[in-house]
Amino acid sequence: MSEKLTRAQMAERVARDIPVGSFVNLGIGIPTSVSNYLTAEQEVTLHTENGMLGMGPEAHGDEIDPDLINAGKIAVTELPGASYFHHADSFAMMRGGHLDIAVLGAFQVSAQGDLANWHTGAKDAIPAVGGAMDLAVGAKDVFVIMELTTKEGKSKLVQQVTYPVTGLGCVTRVYTEVAIFDLDHGHVTVTDLFGEASLESLRELTGIALLDGTEN
Amino acid sequence: MPSKIRDSIDEALADINDGATVMIGGFGLAGQPSELIDGLIRREAKNLTIVNNNAGNGDVGLALLIKSGFVKKIICSFPRQVDSHHFDEKYHAGEIELEVVPQGNLAERIRAAGAGIGGFFTPTGYGTLLAEGKETRVIEGKNYVLESPIHADFALIKAYKADPLGNLVYRKTARNFGPVMATAAQTTIVQVSEVVETGGLDPESVITPGIFVQRIVQVPSTNPKEQQA
Repeated sequence: MSEKLTRAQMAERVARDIPVGSFVNLGIGIPTSVSNYLTAEQEVTLHTENGMLGMGPEAHGDEIDPDLINAGKIAVTELPGASYFHHADSFAMMRGGHLDIAVLGAFQVSAQGDLANWHTGAKDAIPAVGGAMDLAVGAKDVFVIMELTTKEGKSKLVQQVTYPVTGLGCVTRVYTEVAIFDLDHGHVTVTDLFGEASLESLRELTGIALLDGTEN
Repeated sequence: MPSKIRDSIDEALADINDGATVMIGGFGLAGQPSELIDGLIRREAKNLTIVNNNAGNGDVGLALLIKSGFVKKIICSFPRQVDSHHFDEKYHAGEIELEVVPQGNLAERIRAAGAGIGGFFTPTGYGTLLAEGKETRVIEGKNYVLESPIHADFALIKAYKADPLGNLVYRKTARNFGPVMATAAQTTIVQVSEVVETGGLDPESVITPGIFVQRIVQVPSTNPKEQQA
């Protein structure tokens, strides 16, 4: 029996599943760390929505240039073959279906692939959406990395999201510390299990009729 | 054509009056025309509507404009940040109106204004709180929301180099909203690090053609990387 995945291992699994030659946008937080595990052989091009393709690793020391930042406003570097463009072009790349994969965090994901990740719904919270809604509907595939349960132990993979929705039917895969889920028009298949989780225990936790896609 | 170069920031901003809608370029601090914003604060025009991606960072530029109390409303995608305390304070005190727009819709609404488009159907935001009350349509089986253009009286943007005709080139991710905002305002005012003579920019490399630019002010750059270039 394998161990539960750490956050770093979740990011590593996502990186491993990104096809060669993909154009990828990594969201803020754990998704950003996916870049640590991409290999040169994968030839993945990273998009940052503030206007760059071919983004390199975080900049340090002398490399830092205030004019060169990522969507999280962190100083980054440019790789050979990088390009810059304005915001309307950058979001046309998403909306127009040119971006292969967006990796995002989430508060909740539904069995239908609805994503909630921009607003907790709290009345006094200042709403802030950024590019989340554009990425959700624009990328061909949306991979979510999240812990499967809340601090209170409730599943974040649900039949119906209860938080304000970011995009409908957009998530295609969910990576958690205990399992990986494939989402396809309301059918949710468990492809990998980690730690002590079983299909039965996850069905009970999520309330979803999970399909068995594990190989062993 | 008369030169678009102005001698001072205050001269370039002299006709921004109460109630104006002002687009301000920049994503965070990259591309933010901080010196033009300082000039706008000195101008003391009130009841401004500001269009920007954010709602100010730290204690410079847009954050100080918001602190000044001259901003009635802000249209942006991501106001809440770790260093947006001036906006947060105004918002919680009920002293500033907020319209949150998904970032791509914000860019496209600005682009639409500059391109003479009366509205457009976008999939972004469909079925969310931010599309409530908006017209929707199914096009080839996919759901879309009708979004309207955002026009402005003025755009304040930052570019890297300009010639006297207003042709602009930008630097790295500081380009962000500059090129679309330049098209969407009645008057576009640009701060640049360097002014070159007419003919000094490669026409193939010009990002914003001078037709979209009315005034230019040279402001020496404080970015050491730029000075090395």
